[in-house]
Amino acid sequence: MLVEKIMKKNVITLSSTATVLEALQLLQEHRIRHIPIIDKEKHVIGIVSDRDVRVASPSILDKQANQQVLKKEIREIMSTPVVTIHPLDFVEDIAKIFYEETFACLPVVREGKLVGIVTEKDMLYTLIQLTGTHMPSSHIELKVPHEPGNLASILAVFGKRKLNITSLLIYPDHEDSNYKIVVIRVQTIHPLPVVKDLQTNGFEVIWPKPLQGAEE
Amino acid sequence: MTCKSSFVYSKNLLNYHFYADHPFNQIRVRLTKELLKSMNQLHEHSIMNPRMATDEELALFHDRTYIEAVKLASKGELPSSKQADFGLNTDDTPVFEGMHDAAALIVGGTLEAIDAVLQNKVSHALNLSGGLHHGFKRKASGFCVYNDAAVGIQYIREKYNMNVLYIDTDAHHGDGVQWAFYEDPHVCTLSIHETGRYLFPGTGYVNERGITKGYGYSFNIPLDAFTQDESFISIYENAFREIIDFFKPDVLITQNGADAHFLDPLTHLNSSMKIYEQIPLLAHQLAHEYCEGRWIALGGGGYDLWRVVPRAWAQIWKVMNDNQPFTGKLPNDWLLKWQKEAPVTLPTYWHDLEEDIPVIPRKEEIMEKNNQMLEHALSYIKTQRNLK
Repeated sequence: MLVEKIMKKNVITLSSTATVLEALQLLQEHRIRHIPIIDKEKHVIGIVSDRDVRVASPSILDKQANQQVLKKEIREIMSTPVVTIHPLDFVEDIAKIFYEETFACLPVVREGKLVGIVTEKDMLYTLIQLTGTHMPSSHIELKVPHEPGNLASILAVFGKRKLNITSLLIYPDHEDSNYKIVVIRVQTIHPLPVVKDLQTNGFEVIWPKPLQGAEE
Repeated sequence: MTCKSSFVYSKNLLNYHFYADHPFNQIRVRLTKELLKSMNQLHEHSIMNPRMATDEELALFHDRTYIEAVKLASKGELPSSKQADFGLNTDDTPVFEGMHDAAALIVGGTLEAIDAVLQNKVSHALNLSGGLHHGFKRKASGFCVYNDAAVGIQYIREKYNMNVLYIDTDAHHGDGVQWAFYEDPHVCTLSIHETGRYLFPGTGYVNERGITKGYGYSFNIPLDAFTQDESFISIYENAFREIIDFFKPDVLITQNGADAHFLDPLTHLNSSMKIYEQIPLLAHQLAHEYCEGRWIALGGGGYDLWRVVPRAWAQIWKVMNDNQPFTGKLPNDWLLKWQKEAPVTLPTYWHDLEEDIPVIPRKEEIMEKNNQMLEHALSYIKTQRNLK
């Protein structure tokens, strides 16, 4: 999956001469946490987070505090240089940046110009979609020997029953590296017939499990 | 206490029938009706005929294009390229002849039940053929073609302008009804169900609370698999009381899926018959406390057709009428008649025998998790109350 598929194209931005107060208002009004700072040519020259702005603002508990700081220009507090990504980058690679770095937002830049933004939240939403749990479906989990051909035989069982699969995930089996855990979300309220077929075909179904499974 | 109530029934309601071995089978409604008759608790004057819902009524919730598609499919004239779009002819909702009429009759049954209660002809009404809560605006899903609950609630909104509280205790999330009123502050929904982590439809997280004006009017309490009676009843009572006191509805609609039982083949909540005594008892009590009695109860899921659903559903009618659940033995004539048909041994008593109820080892842990869900679900009410 490419960044351009998950990025937000409508980006809220400010110029470097905007005030800290403007940034504060913008963050609250749009309920966002990051504002890229751009110049006239839409080059990203910095970024401010809600934390940058809060650190720079006077304490709300201190009524006498000098409010003048709110009139300062944003370039004094913005972070720079900014790590940016490209619309054709892979989402998987972006996830690694988020995992390794301490920031939670990446401006997307094409030919030097800002074209979008991806946040950790967008990444998580993508993950939810990968798991298929946003569509009506049932969860089936199998423990499968890590050998060629098994997945094909499993999917053939679903195909025979004309069942539509909404997502398919393969995890490592942490207890036994010779096996994989295959999780399939399938568009049916009644997964039992296909579960039976899978078992008849020799596959180990972990979920749904029979009642006695509760007494483990 | 005795309350005047209506029981929606016609043998035509049994026409909502996919095929012989399909898990959703309306023979449940007939089994329940005959069980009540055997107990001498259902009299002809209480039985109300359903009517066919009109296209205009169905369109209160469903898309016209969808209604047309269902009609075509009923005659076998919907091209297969279009079926998938509407969720038709899938494994869950295969097309059958006369499907539109059968589904529209169920909706009409719910509308009749609503009219009878809201025109003060009776205090309560029961349509066990209804409660098809998975139906979407333009898509069949989870055995449901038309969503009688969603159509019915919109009908109440437009015809009677009342605020509706919808309580869904089916083991599956009441997704169709929830999404139908997700932006509507006049309809409050509560769904208590087995977590969607594994079970269909997968939605019903505690943080699905509604959007825009409807924010704070959708409640979801996903329960752990193997929850059993004690935790289920305590969560149900707490949530129901808090929410009805917060929302103060004019009318109560309950969806009474009977698929949380340990014998149900599709789910894993592992309750016993006990919850099916407590569910209607509290609904009945709170309907009188908050809604001047106005309560319409619907059926829903329930896939142990013989041993679970007739007993569970008969209790709703009994409680609706005299607030006393049945106890003791099931009537002999009913057992004799249906044991011949049933592929399983029918139970002898209204309650489940202690030795038949599975023992679940992680009980404390499951209760704790469920209570946490309850806290989360009700947190919005608590903050609203503190603001006042």
